[in-house]
Amino acid sequence: MDAINVRDLKKTYAGGVEALKGLTFSVRQGEIFGLLGPNGAGKSTTVRIIVTLSSATEGRVEVDGVDVAADPVEVRRRIGYVSQNTTVDFLATGRENLHLQGQLYGHSGAALDNRVDELLKLFDLESAAKRVTQTYSGGMKRRLDVAMGLVHRPKILVLDEPTTGLDPESRAVMWRELERLAKDGGMTILVTTHYLEEADRLCDRLAIVDGGKIVAQGTPNELKATLRGDIVQVEIAVGHDAEAAAQLLRSTPGLSNVIREGQTCSAQAEEGAHVIPKLIAALEAAGLPVSHVAMSRPSLDEVYLSVTGKSFTKADAAGAAGPRGPVPAAMRTAKPGAK
Amino acid sequence: MKFILDVFHLLMRQWRITLRMPIFLVVSIVQPITWMLLFSQLFGKITMLGAFGSSYVQFLAPGIAIMSALFGSGYAGMGLLNDIDRGVVDRFLATPVTRSALIIARVTHACMTVGVQSCVILGVAMILGARPKAHIISFAAVIIAAALLGGGMAGLSNAMAILTRRQETMFAVLNFTMLPMIYLSSMIMAKQLMPPWIQTVCKYNPVDWAVTIARGGFEGNDWFVWRLAALAGYTTFFGVMATVAFRRYRQTM
Repeated sequence: MDAINVRDLKKTYAGGVEALKGLTFSVRQGEIFGLLGPNGAGKSTTVRIIVTLSSATEGRVEVDGVDVAADPVEVRRRIGYVSQNTTVDFLATGRENLHLQGQLYGHSGAALDNRVDELLKLFDLESAAKRVTQTYSGGMKRRLDVAMGLVHRPKILVLDEPTTGLDPESRAVMWRELERLAKDGGMTILVTTHYLEEADRLCDRLAIVDGGKIVAQGTPNELKATLRGDIVQVEIAVGHDAEAAAQLLRSTPGLSNVIREGQTCSAQAEEGAHVIPKLIAALEAAGLPVSHVAMSRPSLDEVYLSVTGKSFTKADAAGAAGPRGPVPAAMRTAKPGAK
Repeated sequence: MKFILDVFHLLMRQWRITLRMPIFLVVSIVQPITWMLLFSQLFGKITMLGAFGSSYVQFLAPGIAIMSALFGSGYAGMGLLNDIDRGVVDRFLATPVTRSALIIARVTHACMTVGVQSCVILGVAMILGARPKAHIISFAAVIIAAALLGGGMAGLSNAMAILTRRQETMFAVLNFTMLPMIYLSSMIMAKQLMPPWIQTVCKYNPVDWAVTIARGGFEGNDWFVWRLAALAGYTTFFGVMATVAFRRYRQTM
């Protein structure tokens, strides 16, 4: 039995906004599953229906075999939810936050006290347990959010953008926590993200959501394998015309999707190893010395581009609350080093 | 049973929030005292018109307790609005918590804070020379009337918060409601001295019901049982209204 089963999910809000246009995916027991997509793609709406906060217009969702529409209370007992922004009580201490959350799940007494202690320790919040959360850092609040989602020992944890707004270090800590929960705790984790790197690094399987639909689904490697070939990256020595180099790449047979960013040109190659020596020779012959060459397997950036027809950063910036502002397509970086 | 426990736990949360905002606490105690000192100075000579009994403070004290109940709980919806905007309400709703407990705990909290506030106000009034004529019964009348009015107002305020979803709109609606409710009651002016039309309006004004109960009890007179029943009905009505508004809010998500 799948941990979460979503069939043909549709959601139309009052006013006629179609947020979901028929989403189907399933999350297997014990895996980390990612919903990847730009802001406004429908990730949060999907998650809110799964955790019973919103209801579907059409379609069916089962959590651990329980239909969310038929028995929402049972679903709430089996699932833990961590929402997009921190929801800690600012005027309560870390311990009080956890305690109340446990009480609302019907836990009490020594069992709850022990569970709270356990979670404070697990999320490295012991020393701050007696402080009001107003004094916590962003990373600490986020860890407390996750701890609160776990207080009732759910089988399934659902996190909506758990790392948005965190500094890189806190993000890495969060990834480690989630990986540990899945591996050691045997938990099933559903996570939404708009970071490709995060989806790539963290998820066993993922689905790319765009415009209320799932446009691709599989393991990160499967998705990348749908793109044939390699990504080739050449850096032109400073002081030489990189745009001329990009033009040369565009006219080279066997290369496609050429993008220039500063002195670096990248392209998709059918046979990277085959084309690189010829490419370097051609560039040198044209008086464009190469200072650095790299070749890599495609990253999820390229997958995203190929399935949605738009660059990820651009789609994200166009979404409701893109924090980065509009980014020209040419600025999009192929991330050969991502994995 | 789960409902009662849920209300209790959420009520404890509300109290924790109240007690950890010391400035709010001080203001909610100092403000009514200021009103009482100010009004008793400003309108002190009004007793010469008769119909006010021996001293104006004696007349005013129960009225101030009711006014503070109204204002103190009128903005109760602000906390709910904050919790909705910050996602705290969603976090609670994702647990198996009894849905209505989220509202009932807030209304109960308003009743309780108003009760405590009334005690302090009566204490200060006694220092200023007011005398509860029926001892403990006098206190009970004022506290019960204030708590019921406060609870109803908290219900209305929470309902407004859910329906408007905007602080500015909520404030506008509530300010527009609360001030006339005060001045169209016998809070600062004896009923016998009011123009007939205001006397008529008073009959339908829950604030006046509360003032009449509180003052009657304070003076050791009748408790006006039917008014008490009407006031309890008003509290229940707005408590239910807030709960229904909250259910509607959840269904639109």
